[in-house]
Amino acid sequence: MNVRQSLLAETGSRTVVPTIFIVSLFLLVVGHDAPGGGFVGGLLAGAALLVVFLSGGRNEVRTLLPLHPRSLVGLGMAVSITVASLGLVFGSSFLDAGKITLDLWLVGEISAGSSLLFDVGVYLVVVGLVATVLMELGRPEESAS
Amino acid sequence: MTAVVGLLLVIPLGAVALTLLLPKLVWRRSVSLIASTATLIASVAVLFGVDGDGPIIVNVGGWEAPLGIALVADRFAALMLSVSAAALLGVLIFAVGQRDNDRAFPSFHAVYQTLAAGVVLAFLTGDLFTLFVAFEIMLTASYVLITHRAGPEQIRATMTYVVVGLVASGLFLVGIGLIYAATGTVNLADLSVRLAEVDPALRTAIGWLFFMVFGIKAAIFPLFFWLPDSYPTAVAPVTAIFAGLLTKVGVYAIIRTQTLLFPADKPSTPILLIAGLTMVIGVLGAIAQGDIKRILSFHIISQIGYMIMGLGFFTVAGIAAAIVFIVHQVVVKTVMFLVGGLVENSSGTGRLKEVAGVLHKFPVIAVLFLPAALSLAGLPPFSGFVGKLALVQAGFESGRWLVVAVSLFASVLTLFSMTKIWSGAFWGTPTDNLVRAPAATMVMATGGLVALSLVIGLAGQPLLEIATRAAGDLLSQESYRAAVLVSGS
Repeated sequence: MNVRQSLLAETGSRTVVPTIFIVSLFLLVVGHDAPGGGFVGGLLAGAALLVVFLSGGRNEVRTLLPLHPRSLVGLGMAVSITVASLGLVFGSSFLDAGKITLDLWLVGEISAGSSLLFDVGVYLVVVGLVATVLMELGRPEESAS
Repeated sequence: MTAVVGLLLVIPLGAVALTLLLPKLVWRRSVSLIASTATLIASVAVLFGVDGDGPIIVNVGGWEAPLGIALVADRFAALMLSVSAAALLGVLIFAVGQRDNDRAFPSFHAVYQTLAAGVVLAFLTGDLFTLFVAFEIMLTASYVLITHRAGPEQIRATMTYVVVGLVASGLFLVGIGLIYAATGTVNLADLSVRLAEVDPALRTAIGWLFFMVFGIKAAIFPLFFWLPDSYPTAVAPVTAIFAGLLTKVGVYAIIRTQTLLFPADKPSTPILLIAGLTMVIGVLGAIAQGDIKRILSFHIISQIGYMIMGLGFFTVAGIAAAIVFIVHQVVVKTVMFLVGGLVENSSGTGRLKEVAGVLHKFPVIAVLFLPAALSLAGLPPFSGFVGKLALVQAGFESGRWLVVAVSLFASVLTLFSMTKIWSGAFWGTPTDNLVRAPAATMVMATGGLVALSLVIGLAGQPLLEIATRAAGDLLSQESYRAAVLVSGS
């Protein structure tokens, strides 16, 4: 599994992957008012993981992730559920969204909704799921259960 | 109370998140068990609240219907929620008690709670597209549960299940597209107003399309072929929860959509015909089988026919009887499959030719089986009798003698095939393969559900009264419409 697969793919992925990740984060952040959001952003990040998987293999994907894919899904769900429940506590109902506007000197006004946080959760779930699929499909045959 | 309805979704989904994060098995088990218990308590609280004060509406995210997604807890939904939550908890305890379910499969509890969330959402949603989403959540979780730890032979059988599920979902989506094109809304309450203005021919066509889609999920005649092949292949608790809940969610969707969107003011002969055929074909299929789980799988189909029959009368009495029957079936069907699981667990097989004498070796399993089997056949004073009696009375009121006669005939055959299991597996000299005594937890979980079914049998009258009020709501449609479209929360 640790055989070096292709110099071309490995070098290419080194430049492509960070770019895809940044675009995916961009999509996540603008998602509230423009096309994008946690799901699309998460899928794009998953595509980046796929590139890593193709060029470097399963272990490369695993080392890139801060957590076990399963925990990533769990964390994302925890974030989303917490935000959704906050609407139950402070707002009028489940999934109710709040919004804050910050006036930052020089940068200008920035507004962020609690739905952004919800989307962060969705992002994590999608990335975690794609990673899970890659780990399972890329599993060497002898250790398959 | 609206907060409690919101909690019904937060609890299972929160449990999914936690069980994915927690590293230790004992923590995952505790979270899952606590979540299922809490779901049960919340469901029962909602049932009592709704029965007293009318439907509870939650406008998700504060967006009012028909623009936003509404969660609607009315009597029918709350009744289904309560009994399903009880079944989910019972099966979960059984699954924890049976070794190897959640040990070898770290995500078992997460997937199980996802299934629970899908079921809860399917009952609560007041929106056709969210119903689709709920079905997908539920089915996706079920695909994982049914294929996990399966050998090549089981994978082949479950492929049918997955493919049929996906085809039905595709048709469901087409139906939603059609209905949206015709009316411009997917909110159920709004649809019930606007569909009345649509061309009757188109409305009938869409109505049958939805009947077919949910009919595939509910396994009615002639769309049941996938069920007896796939269900028996899974491990006992998984089969039990599928048998107890999944087809009944399909029936729930049929009753909900047919009464709210495509109402009829007189008994529907085609629906009654389908109901009669489902009962008879199902029970005849059961008689031909020689394996406990396969016999029971065919009985699922047969019993679905009774529920559809109650709907087919389109009277308060008929639908009330159908609701009582569903409540009884969720519990009893789950128990039957758990008992089948106990026999398999002890002997390693469910084939009637290879196992005998369970009564002498492990009498406790026989004690659990007997009331459930008699209840399934509809003998008094067990819970099945209440439902069947109400169905027969409703049939007489509507003057539909033939289908009533057919249902009684199917009952006799049901009793016959129950005696087949009894004399095959429970009587006789114990076979050598009866080696593993059932774990106390598994027996207790099954026993709890048996006790619940006995209570349903004894409390038949109050249950029938709640069901009658629920059926009145369903047929008048006004309370549902008024609650969703006027009130905001």
